[in-house]
Amino acid sequence: MSTQPLRELLEGAFPDATELAVTDRTGGGDHFQVVVTAPSLAGLSLVEQHRRVYEALSAPLADGTIHELRIKTKGAA
Amino acid sequence: MSYTDRIKEVIDGADVAIFMKGTPAFAMCGNSDRALSALRRAGAPVTAIDVLPDPQIRQDLSAISGWPTIPQVFVKGELVGGADIVEELEQSGELAETLRAKLGEGYAESRDESTVALA
Repeated sequence: MSTQPLRELLEGAFPDATELAVTDRTGGGDHFQVVVTAPSLAGLSLVEQHRRVYEALSAPLADGTIHELRIKTKGAA
Repeated sequence: MSYTDRIKEVIDGADVAIFMKGTPAFAMCGNSDRALSALRRAGAPVTAIDVLPDPQIRQDLSAISGWPTIPQVFVKGELVGGADIVEELEQSGELAETLRAKLGEGYAESRDESTVALA
């Protein structure tokens, strides 16, 4: 899978994102790193912030297209 | 067969539980190794549970925690997060703070590492 569909899912879940990046860590299309900075994440624990990302990417996580996911989130604007 | 009851027992009973792929002696996944290494650097007394012997372990665990990926780290029954969070908290010093707050000042003295086999 390319990074674009994941990016679109995250854009849908975090319309207020000030930073949103998806990188393919290995070039193999299944090990991804996502970075999301959004005001809507402010005040949430890291566990809750990461849960939002997992929810946004639940389909590709469930069907195995994401084999490994690294997440970096920030609640600041 | 369901592992739910035994998983809950481990989560509630262990000071620090890590559900990982492989064992502390031989981690089978980079993320499990990252989380374990961060816990070790913080001096955490770790109870490790290998999820690989039966895929059902992972399914039952995720149903309990609502967390889709492995590893999963719990301190005193509460989900702390996966490898990224544990690493981030270790680097900021918050992991040691949490361990001190929940396990007491001398938490690092025991530094036990044990494993629990579910399957």
